[in-house]
Amino acid sequence: MDIQSLAKDIPSQGEQSLEGIEFINNAEQYLTFVLGNEQFAIDILCVEEIRNWERPTQIPNSPNYVKGVINMRGIIVPIIDLRMKFGIGQCTYTVTTVVVVLTIEVEHKSKVIGFVVDAVSDVLNAEADDIKKAPAFGGSIPPEFITGLVNQDTNVVTLLTPEALYKIEKHQIDGCNQ
Amino acid sequence: MSIDLAQFLPTFLEESYEGLEIMETGLLNLQSSEDDSIHSIFRAAHSIKGGAGTFGFNQVTEFTHLVETLLDEMRDGRREILKSDIEILLQSVDCIRLLIDADHNKVVCEDESISNVEGLLNESLKSSSTDTQPQNDNKSEKTQSATDAQSWLIDFTPQPHLVQTGNDPLFLFNALADLGELEIVCNTSELPAFSDVEPKELYLSWQIKLTSSDATEDDIREVFEWVEDECTLEITLLTNDATPNVQEDEAVNNETQEQDPEVQSTQPESEQSSKQELAEPLSPNTITTDTNVLTTKPQSAIVGKDKASPAKAKPDVGSIRVGVDKVDMLINLVGELVITQSMLSELGNDFDLSKVEKLTSGLDQLLQNTKELQESVMRIRMLPISFAFNRFPRLIHDLSIKTGKQIELVIKGEQTELDKTVMEQIGDPLVHLVRNAADHGIESTEVRLANGKSAKGTISLNAYHVGGSIVIEVNDDGGGINREAVLNKAIEKGIVEPNSSLTDAQVFDLLFEPGFSTASEVTDISGRGVGMDVVKKNIQSLGGRIQVESEPGKGSCFKVNLPLTLAILDGQLVRVGTEVYIIPLITIVESLQAKAELINRVSGNMVLYRLREDNVPVLPIYQLFNLEAQCTEIENALLVVVEFDGQKVGLMVDDLLAQQQVVIKSLQDNYQQVDGISGATILGDGSVAMILDIPGMITMALKQAQVAQKATVNNNVEVV
Amino acid sequence: MPKFLIVDDSNSIRQMVSFTLKSAGYDVVEASDGLQGLQTAKGENFDLVISDVNMPNMDGIELCKELRKLSSFEFTPILMLTTESSGDMKVRGKEAGATGWLVKPFNPDKLLATIKRVVR
Repeated sequence: MDIQSLAKDIPSQGEQSLEGIEFINNAEQYLTFVLGNEQFAIDILCVEEIRNWERPTQIPNSPNYVKGVINMRGIIVPIIDLRMKFGIGQCTYTVTTVVVVLTIEVEHKSKVIGFVVDAVSDVLNAEADDIKKAPAFGGSIPPEFITGLVNQDTNVVTLLTPEALYKIEKHQIDGCNQ
Repeated sequence: MSIDLAQFLPTFLEESYEGLEIMETGLLNLQSSEDDSIHSIFRAAHSIKGGAGTFGFNQVTEFTHLVETLLDEMRDGRREILKSDIEILLQSVDCIRLLIDADHNKVVCEDESISNVEGLLNESLKSSSTDTQPQNDNKSEKTQSATDAQSWLIDFTPQPHLVQTGNDPLFLFNALADLGELEIVCNTSELPAFSDVEPKELYLSWQIKLTSSDATEDDIREVFEWVEDECTLEITLLTNDATPNVQEDEAVNNETQEQDPEVQSTQPESEQSSKQELAEPLSPNTITTDTNVLTTKPQSAIVGKDKASPAKAKPDVGSIRVGVDKVDMLINLVGELVITQSMLSELGNDFDLSKVEKLTSGLDQLLQNTKELQESVMRIRMLPISFAFNRFPRLIHDLSIKTGKQIELVIKGEQTELDKTVMEQIGDPLVHLVRNAADHGIESTEVRLANGKSAKGTISLNAYHVGGSIVIEVNDDGGGINREAVLNKAIEKGIVEPNSSLTDAQVFDLLFEPGFSTASEVTDISGRGVGMDVVKKNIQSLGGRIQVESEPGKGSCFKVNLPLTLAILDGQLVRVGTEVYIIPLITIVESLQAKAELINRVSGNMVLYRLREDNVPVLPIYQLFNLEAQCTEIENALLVVVEFDGQKVGLMVDDLLAQQQVVIKSLQDNYQQVDGISGATILGDGSVAMILDIPGMITMALKQAQVAQKATVNNNVEVV
Repeated sequence: MPKFLIVDDSNSIRQMVSFTLKSAGYDVVEASDGLQGLQTAKGENFDLVISDVNMPNMDGIELCKELRKLSSFEFTPILMLTTESSGDMKVRGKEAGATGWLVKPFNPDKLLATIKRVVR
C-alpha cells in the first residue's frame, strides 16, 4: 500500500489548490494510526511503506521494544514496537498488526526504521493553528516525542516527531550472565 | 560562452598523483642520462604544471616550473644527472604533493620544506653551466592602453609559403573582425601570369583598416601571432579623424577580400631566406601570455565547488579504474543471465510436471550465473597490490640514506589482487613493517661483513593468494629477532612474568604488545615502538592476522594474512534456539561434539574444555545474547572452536547448518552498533541473519567474567 | 560540422579541450599520443588538429611532421599545445609545419576565440 500516492488523491481542505500544484495550503498531512485505543499521527512525508507484520530476526541484547530487523528489498530495517515503547495496549501480533516504515533524517543521514502499530487508520489534514500544545503532565509518552495534539471529531490525535522516535537509547548488557 | 572546468578537477588530481608516482619511480630508477625514464619524468612534471595552471593551482605551477626547468636541462643533456639533483627532485615530488593538497584546499602551504627545496632547486639551476634564459618575464608590455575607439592601419604581406603551414589569411581577417570594423584592400600586384602560378603559394598582400575598435596593438599582433615569422606586418595607429593612408590601388573594391587567397599568385622567395627568418629569435611581445586573465576564471569555479565539500586532508578520489576485460566479462555474464531468465520465464508460461527436470537445470544455471556475476562484480573492486607496493622503492631509498645501510628491495607478486578498501588500509601497517625491517632487521654494513654476509641487505615484499585470503610477507635477511632480548624486555616492562616458559611464536608476539620496543636507541625511523601494536590492531580490524617467523642470523619474516574483500565473507551458519547466526569461516579452528570427561569447571562459572593440550573457555551464545536455546547443557553441546589473536574459544551452538558466502550488510546504517555482532546478511529465504563478531564476543565474555569475579569478591568481603 | 583531432597524453587537458570544443558545437576525436593520433589521422579527415608537444611514443613535433607528409593534411591547421611560451618550442613547431600554438594554462574561452584564426 503506497500511502503517499493515496494521500495525493485526497482533496486538501482549506484554500483552493492552484492548478497542477499539489498541497498549496497551510495544512500538513499526517498518517494516523492506532496504538491500543489511542490515535497517533506522523508526518506523512516520512512514511516509506506500510507492511504486514512478519517475525523479525532478533538483535542480541536489545531493549524489549526493539523487535529485531527485517529485510526490506535488501535493506536491513530495525523494527520497533511503539506499543511496548510507550506502554500502550497489548503487544499481540495479529493479522491486522502492521509495520509503518519511516525514513527519518538524523544528523544528515537518513535512517529507515519500521514501527509496529495496531492499525493504520486515516490521513489527517492539520493546519498549524489546529495543533495544540500537549499538556505537560501525565501520559506514558515522554513529552519530547510529542509535537502536539489535534482534535478530530470527538477524538484527540497525538502528533509524534519522527526524529524523537529515532532516539533509542543504547542498551546496556545487564545480568545476562546470571 | 562560459565553460565550467571544475568537473575536470578530479581527473586532474588523479592524473597529478599518478604523475608524481611516475616521477618518483622514474627518479629512483634514474641512473644515467641514457636512461629513457628522464623523458617520462619530464612529461609527468610538464603535465602537472599544465593542468595546475588551468585550475589556478598557482603554488603548484610556480614550484613545478622550477622542477620542469631542471628536468628539461637534464633531458636535453645540457646537465649531467647528479645524485644530489635526484635527491632534490625526489624531495620536490613530496613538495608538489603538499602543494597540490594546499591549492586544492585553497590554502597557502606553509610547510618549510617547500621553501627549502625551492632554494635548493634555484641553487642547482644557478649552478647550471648553460644559460637558461629566465622564462618568466616574457610578459608583453602594453604599448597602448586602449581608452577610446581607435583606428588602425595594418599592412600584411605574407610570405608565399604561408598557407602551407595551415594558416589562411581569410580566417585571420575573421578573427580581426571580432576586434572592430574592417576595410580590407587586397594588393594583387605580385600576382604572376596564370601559367606561372604555383597553386600552393600565396602571392597577395593586404592593407586592412580596423575602425571603431578598442583593441590595442598587442591585441592585433596576437591575431597574427602564428604568422608573424612568415609575413611582414606593420601596424600604425590612425588618429580618429585621419583618413587611411591609402595607396594607389585604393579603388580596388571590397570584393577582393572575398576571393580565396590560396589560388592567387607568385613571387617565389628562396627557401633559405624564409628559414633564416624562422630561426630568428622571436620578439618578446609576440608572446602574450595573459596569465592573470587565464587563471582567475577556473579558480572561481573551483572555489564554488570547494564550499560544498569542505577541506579534506587527503583528496579522496572515490573512483576506480577498471580494466575493459573485467567490464566485458560482466557484460557477457549479464547476457547469460538474461538468456537463463528468458528460458525460465518461457518455462513458466505453460508449466507442467513433465518439465520439472528442465526447471531444475534452469535453476542450476541461474545459480551458476549468479555466482559468476557476483564474483565478477567483486573483482571490479580488486586492484593489484602494486598500488600499495609502489611507495616502497622510494621508502627504501630514503631509509638507506638515513640509516647508512645498503638495502635492496625485492618485490614479488605485485599483480596479486585485493579489494580497494583493504588496500587503502593496509598501506600504513606495511610501511611500518618495512621501516622496522630496515631499522631493526638489517644490520649495519660492518656487522654484515663481519658475519660473512653480503654488504647489501635485502628486504623483500611478497604477495600471494591462499584460499580466500591474501598473504603479504615482509622479509629481511638481517640479524633476526633476538629471542632473549625480547623476553628480557617484556619481563622488564612487566608484560610477562619472569620464568614463564614461552614458545618462539609467543615471544615474537610480544613485539605487538602496546609499549614494546627493543631498539635500545630510539631512532626517528621506526619511532618509539608505538607502532607495532597499532599495526596489529589495524590488521585485525580488517579481519586479518599477523605472524612472525625469525631465525637468528638469517632474518625475519612478518606474514600478514588478510581477507580479499570486506564485502563478502565465507561463513558457517549455526542455529541457536530459533535464530541463525553466521560465524566467519576464517576464525573457525574446528567444530566438535563436547565430551563430558573433557569439561572442567573452574573459579565458579567458568567452563573450560580440554582440546588436546589447550584449555578452551566455553562461551554459550544463548547466555551471551539472552536467548532461549534448545541445548543449555554443555555436556551434549556442539562446540565451534574459534580463534582470535591466539585466544581460542568454544562457542556453544544448537546446530551446525550450511557453509556459504554471505554479503555483509551494516546494522549501523539504520540501527546502531551491536556488541558481539559485526553485521547482518540476507539468507536465501530472504530472512536476515546476524554475523558474529568473534573478537567482540570474546571481549564481551571477558567483561562479564570480570563483573562476575568482582561480584564474587564482594560477596566474600561481606562474608568476612 | 567541423571535425577536430585532439592529441594529448594528459587525460584532464584532453577532456577539457574536447569538452570545450564539443560544447561549442564542434565534432571532436581524441587520441592519447602521437602514434595513436597519426593512426587516427590516416583513417579520416580533420579540419583542425590540436596536439600536445610532450607525449610518449611519438611527440607532437614528430606527429606534425608526419601529418604534413599526408596529402590530406597538407593544408590542415595544426596547433601545438605548449606549456611555455618559449621561442624554441615555437621555432621547432614551425619547422615541423605547425600552424600555431596554444599556450597552457588552458582557458576555454581563449581556446574558442583563438581557433577562429584557423577554422570557420
